[in-house]
Amino acid sequence: MIRKLFAAVAMTALMAGASLAADVKPAVVYDLGGRNDKSFNEGAFNGAEKFKADTGVAYQDFEIQNDSQREQALRKFAERGFSPVVAIGFSHAEAVKKVAAEFPDTHFAIIDMVVDAPNVASIVFKEQEGSYLVGVLAALASKTGKVGFVGGMDIPLIRRFACGYVGGVKATKKDDEVFQNMTGTTGAAWNDPVKGGELAKSQFDRGADVVYHAAGGTGIGVLQAAADAGKLGIGVDSNQNGLHPGSVLTSMLKRVDVATYNIFKAGQDGTFKPGVTVLGLAEGGVGWALDDNNKSLITPEMKAAVDKAEADIKAGTIQVHDYMADSACPY
Amino acid sequence: MEWLDLIAQVSGSAIRFSVPLLFACLAGLYSERAGVFDIGLEGKMLIGAFTAGTVAALTGSAWLGLLAAVLASVFFALLHGFASITHRGNQIVSGVAINFIAAGLTAQLGETWFKIGGQTPQLTNQERFMSLGWPFAEALRRIPVIGQVYSQVLSGHNILVYAAFLAVPLTWWLLYRTRFGLRLRAVGENPAAVDTAGISVQGMRYAAVACCGVLCGFAGAYLSIAQSAGFIEHMTAGKGFIALAALIFAKWRPIPAMWACLLFGVLDAISIRLQGVPIAGIGIVPVQLMQAVPYILTVILLAGFIGHAVAPKAGGVPYVKEK
Repeated sequence: MIRKLFAAVAMTALMAGASLAADVKPAVVYDLGGRNDKSFNEGAFNGAEKFKADTGVAYQDFEIQNDSQREQALRKFAERGFSPVVAIGFSHAEAVKKVAAEFPDTHFAIIDMVVDAPNVASIVFKEQEGSYLVGVLAALASKTGKVGFVGGMDIPLIRRFACGYVGGVKATKKDDEVFQNMTGTTGAAWNDPVKGGELAKSQFDRGADVVYHAAGGTGIGVLQAAADAGKLGIGVDSNQNGLHPGSVLTSMLKRVDVATYNIFKAGQDGTFKPGVTVLGLAEGGVGWALDDNNKSLITPEMKAAVDKAEADIKAGTIQVHDYMADSACPY
Repeated sequence: MEWLDLIAQVSGSAIRFSVPLLFACLAGLYSERAGVFDIGLEGKMLIGAFTAGTVAALTGSAWLGLLAAVLASVFFALLHGFASITHRGNQIVSGVAINFIAAGLTAQLGETWFKIGGQTPQLTNQERFMSLGWPFAEALRRIPVIGQVYSQVLSGHNILVYAAFLAVPLTWWLLYRTRFGLRLRAVGENPAAVDTAGISVQGMRYAAVACCGVLCGFAGAYLSIAQSAGFIEHMTAGKGFIALAALIFAKWRPIPAMWACLLFGVLDAISIRLQGVPIAGIGIVPVQLMQAVPYILTVILLAGFIGHAVAPKAGGVPYVKEK
């Protein structure tokens, strides 16, 4: 009897192991900006698509329409046996925490936030380091000595982008002025390109000629306004240089695609590890984009300056301040 | 000098913000003055914005986009008319239905056709209504007051902005100086009298909702192919309802409607322009407060300053011919 039971347990364990490796069912839940925001969420989408192309394993995704769907979406995926389930965006934190406790055998991952649970992997980025680099470029590209920043939702995470950017600008040109605007205080601020465009225009009216956005879908309007006004925009998260070739100075890359891909891959290989991963410049988690669309905008001097800043940050000789450490920006 | 610049910049931005409200507000004016309440302005704008974005992207012509937006919006306006005029259904229910249909239909069709998350493809400058710089605008920029007004407030908008402000006197003239306008207003006050005079109440009301559809189409097209470069899911973001508030605020009259819409535009523009700017004696006002200002003022103005707003007497009541 006991032997039979053992055999059964062993069989189940074997089958479970086999099924984990063979038919991994990854899923991703995007944040309010939506899958095609050409920025943050689209990065996750690109990573998931790359995983599908590389491994032939299909995945499921879901675009939430409002805050109450976060929990529902995560729970539905967990109930249907999906694992790992990747939640894109800090706003998912509460939902991930709750659902992860309900489904201890399902692997979850969250980007941009730390959720402390035995089955959750948290991936956060050092956005301040990438923002510092584009700040250096903005200061060198600006002719008026005034540059702008348009944030999405007014939260510490976005202030971290802003602070790193200001740090880069001021380190390059001490007296340059940086205008900062936030689009809103609710999730809708990630998807309001009309308002984003108006914010950018108001900064141009005040004399800015380079504007950096960290605003998801709202940023489409920021870059559009920059292109319309003959000024320069700076993209974020994904490489947005191609949206308006010649009018986008560069993009601050945040490799949400790599993070998503790695989680999916770990799920497939059975190497999923809970805990916190911090991706900075040294880890290749953030950076700036140089391609055919913007290479005419980046002079050799600019390239040299930003390469030096990059090396200094990696070596630790420049410490870019993290806004979220003390809720203040010293620059 | 600096605050003159500030006023000029805020005015320019306020005008851009108020245009979709103004189109929608005038649209509601035609419909409601004829006795058909229209809570579906939002939905028709959304349909207009989506159609404009789609057709402009497919044909490469902003003008065809605008035409298509008007046609689509008129179709939905007539649908509202069919339900509430011909079939004497509840006008509020029909309007709400149109809002729901529009929200769902645009998102679904957008995703099915273009597969980029319910958006339409990004438009190039040739496919949009671009800003028109007036002659000598740059040269006159530095002249105080006159030059600033000319180059920063009046110049540099797209053609739909000017159309919106031309629509105001046109609407006034049509409503108060033509036979059509007299009949339209009469249908909203006392349809039985109009009927006695041998004029078709239903015909007049259909004409009114069609006018409403045309203007909603303009409002939608402005959002997707003039102010931005493509349709984005749910891009009207409640503007249709703000336009309704402006309409009540203006007591269903065209010229006050323009001022009401401009007021909402100014509040929006101020909240953006003053964000993060230190104000003398106060310091930097928190973003949250700046963004709440338009809504707070709206409540105060609507509650305290407009007095008693009297809707058209026959508004919301389907006309039943006595047998």
